[in-house]
Amino acid sequence: MKQLFTFIKKEFFHVFRDRKTLLMLFGLPIVQIVLFGFALTNEVKNAKIVIADYSKDVTTKKIIDKIEASKYFEVEKSLKSHNEIEAAFREGKIKLAVIFPENFNEDLMHLNKAQMQVIADASDINTANTLTNYISSIVMDYQRELMQNVAISLSITPEIRMLYNPELKGEHIFIPGIMAMIMMLVCVMMTSISIVKEKELGTMEILLVSPFKPLMVIFAKFIPYLIISFFNITSILLLSVYALDLPIKGNIFLLYGEALLFIMTSLSIGLLISINAQSQQTAMFGSLMATMLPTLLLSGFMFPIENMPVPLQVISNVVPSKWFFQIVKAIMIKGAGFSAIWKETVILIGMTIFLMAVSLKKFKIRLE
Amino acid sequence: MAESVIKTEKLTKRFGDFIAANELTFDVKAGEIFGFLGANGAGKTTAMRMLCGLSIPSSGKATVAGFDVYKHTDEIKRNIGYMSQKFSLYEDLTVAENIRFYAGIYGLSNKEIKDKSEELVHQLGLEGETKKLVRELPLGWKQKLSFSVAIVHQPKIVFMDEPTSGVDPVTRRQFWDLIYAAADKGMTIFVTTHYMDESEYCNRISIMVDGVIRALDTPYNLKKQFSANSMDEVFYGLAREAKRTGD
Amino acid sequence: MVAVQLNNLSKKYDKGKIVAVDSISFSVDKGELFGLIGPDGAGKTSIFRMLTTLLLPDGGSAVVDGYDAVKDYKAIRGRVGYMPGKFSLYQDLTVEENLNFFATVFGTTIRENYELVKDIYVQIEPFKTRRAGKLSGGMKQKLALCCALIHKPSVLFLDEPTTGVDAVSRKEFWEMLKRLKQQGITILVSTPYMDEATICDRIALIQSGKILSIDTPDAIVRSYEGSLFAIKSEGMYKLLNDLRSYENTLSCFAFGEYHHIAFRDKMKNYSEELLKYLENKGHKEVEMMPVIPTIEDCFIKLLKN
Repeated sequence: MKQLFTFIKKEFFHVFRDRKTLLMLFGLPIVQIVLFGFALTNEVKNAKIVIADYSKDVTTKKIIDKIEASKYFEVEKSLKSHNEIEAAFREGKIKLAVIFPENFNEDLMHLNKAQMQVIADASDINTANTLTNYISSIVMDYQRELMQNVAISLSITPEIRMLYNPELKGEHIFIPGIMAMIMMLVCVMMTSISIVKEKELGTMEILLVSPFKPLMVIFAKFIPYLIISFFNITSILLLSVYALDLPIKGNIFLLYGEALLFIMTSLSIGLLISINAQSQQTAMFGSLMATMLPTLLLSGFMFPIENMPVPLQVISNVVPSKWFFQIVKAIMIKGAGFSAIWKETVILIGMTIFLMAVSLKKFKIRLE
Repeated sequence: MAESVIKTEKLTKRFGDFIAANELTFDVKAGEIFGFLGANGAGKTTAMRMLCGLSIPSSGKATVAGFDVYKHTDEIKRNIGYMSQKFSLYEDLTVAENIRFYAGIYGLSNKEIKDKSEELVHQLGLEGETKKLVRELPLGWKQKLSFSVAIVHQPKIVFMDEPTSGVDPVTRRQFWDLIYAAADKGMTIFVTTHYMDESEYCNRISIMVDGVIRALDTPYNLKKQFSANSMDEVFYGLAREAKRTGD
Repeated sequence: MVAVQLNNLSKKYDKGKIVAVDSISFSVDKGELFGLIGPDGAGKTSIFRMLTTLLLPDGGSAVVDGYDAVKDYKAIRGRVGYMPGKFSLYQDLTVEENLNFFATVFGTTIRENYELVKDIYVQIEPFKTRRAGKLSGGMKQKLALCCALIHKPSVLFLDEPTTGVDAVSRKEFWEMLKRLKQQGITILVSTPYMDEATICDRIALIQSGKILSIDTPDAIVRSYEGSLFAIKSEGMYKLLNDLRSYENTLSCFAFGEYHHIAFRDKMKNYSEELLKYLENKGHKEVEMMPVIPTIEDCFIKLLKN
């Protein structure tokens, strides 16, 4: 036991003394979240929208002025009726509609609260999100201004509706995607490199000759990366909840449990690669080919699997990230419980057992 | 007296507070076999890098093949050959391809490359082997080929960094035969080695300790100077005084 | 008592195309310092790896400290010490951390076996907080030796411990081995440096996977047939060429300050005739004397046969 502990301690020394890799390991999730969360969705300029004002009072006038003044929107004034608006949406001419119901100002003044409707074309989910966020913030802004002059609290609630994609299929799918990618990177690439490094150094020979069980070597290698992975998952979740305002709808323990399963899957892939690779370069290249590319291309993260040619759809079934991706999506976004994801979980467990068995069988207690 | 092809005066290289090579002053004559000895970390590699134009000195003067090590590193590179510890041949290229490659990077014309290849192959007796991959050659051949490509552009000086380590005694001697033959034709040989018996094959030897040249003379005179029976004793006596521990 | 026993041990690579170890048999007694002397590619590393259970032999068998190298590999691992040729420790761990790590992996502590490594460890102790990557070649070797010794192995395998190390460190290293031998540890060491052979109790000269000769260094030198002469003059390169073209020369090669020459007829004394021949060739200050062959002379002779 003490041997194992010493070994794990050594692995941590390796990790923490390699500053550059360390920075990459912990910085990468943050950078990716920022990239996907902000950079890719921001700066939608001059989006065509329509405003239907059934109240036509001072308040709506002021809010409309503010919206028109914004550089993000270009207000189409010609469309008036419900039918016209719906037709424009369907044709993709407008991205968003703002509707003020009758008696907007009166409600606000007498009931101290008023509702407005914001309808967005959710087939382009990123743009829809960004635009509704812009509208919300303009309304908030106006609300603050109002409050400065009156003592009572007034609230305007934008009621947001997403057209064509009510389930928000594909919303924030980059979070589960990034989780899968980071874990692939840390668990597969880093573990395989760190095992192969021992081969290159010649220390593997000594370890094999020692009474220390070869399997323990593997186990000790896994622990630090397991911990780093958990740390990364936590930082990804924190970022997504607090920085991106994307709540976790499902059970957080279930999410961590599934993550642990996927980490095991990744670690067995890493082990399998390290058994076959003789140099760090080979290990790195192998990891990229075996994990990063399939995760990016075939997990449904970047490209919807439904739209792929049938052969690729079939192949995607053997990509573990695909199943993990679906699990996380279900838990985080749909708030699904275990009953909804048991099938995917069983598939992942099966893959893990298979990969572990193969790599343990192939693991050499000798040099060739 | 033959002309000096390497001439240094108080050549110094500092890395921060650390003086890797301290005021080296020596000269090497054309056609000389000059042994450059020193324990690990004595500063041999640093000095050699400066002479090859790979590293700019901190102070002092040096010319190699008549060119200044500060200003004319490109000319220096064109006039020297270099052979490192392990053979700098591409194992997955054939004999002919290796020769063509090295001749090519030294800017020989196609005709020159062709003539030179034939000449080399003939000289080394490798006629039947030109299409063989280098990794299929026995060690001795590899080493000869390696030396031959290092001097394919007929440099004035060849720098060799432990060219014979781990090689069997017969191959080692065959290799020295090549060195002798090259020196006999007027090429200058600047060589480092861990084999003390090989240092005896040199015309003159310098021994570096802690960045300083502590001894420089013919093997015979050095043995006399330090009242030693062998170069091994001379070297051991000097190098054990070293205080440095880092590489 | 026999510590290590090899019976027709063989190893092939590349589906049998390359014979690295060709049916080698020898035995090493307990407490012996045994040297495997040969150049790169002779098969030294393959032999060591088979004895340390890292490689499976293709033929023959080996017994280490009473255990079969194939069947009882678990028993052997743990009781032998091994320092691989390319072994370079963990560069990012300090001297102390490295030693501690290997001690724990072998199920012991530094304190438990400190006496054994003390001699060596005190030399590197001043640098115990330094990372191994920042040590000089000689220091690294010492640390590596400490790591291989820390569990008090019964047999110590050192694969080319002095390759790439300067002459001073090499000498110190062999001094350490001599002291270790006094503590009763069986040591098998391989080296490409022929001059190191004389320190061993017994040596095996090895080339291309075959043993050329195996005996004590003295006996190997004594078995050299015929006499050997050292000769020098003003122009050593010309001398070498002229000696080689002399009709009675069997072999002639550079050897340090002198050239070593052996003649075709082992019984006949050619000294006078040769000196005259050299004088005619214009050599000056010719010096010639009989010498006792070294291991290297023997190796060269064996190679040529």
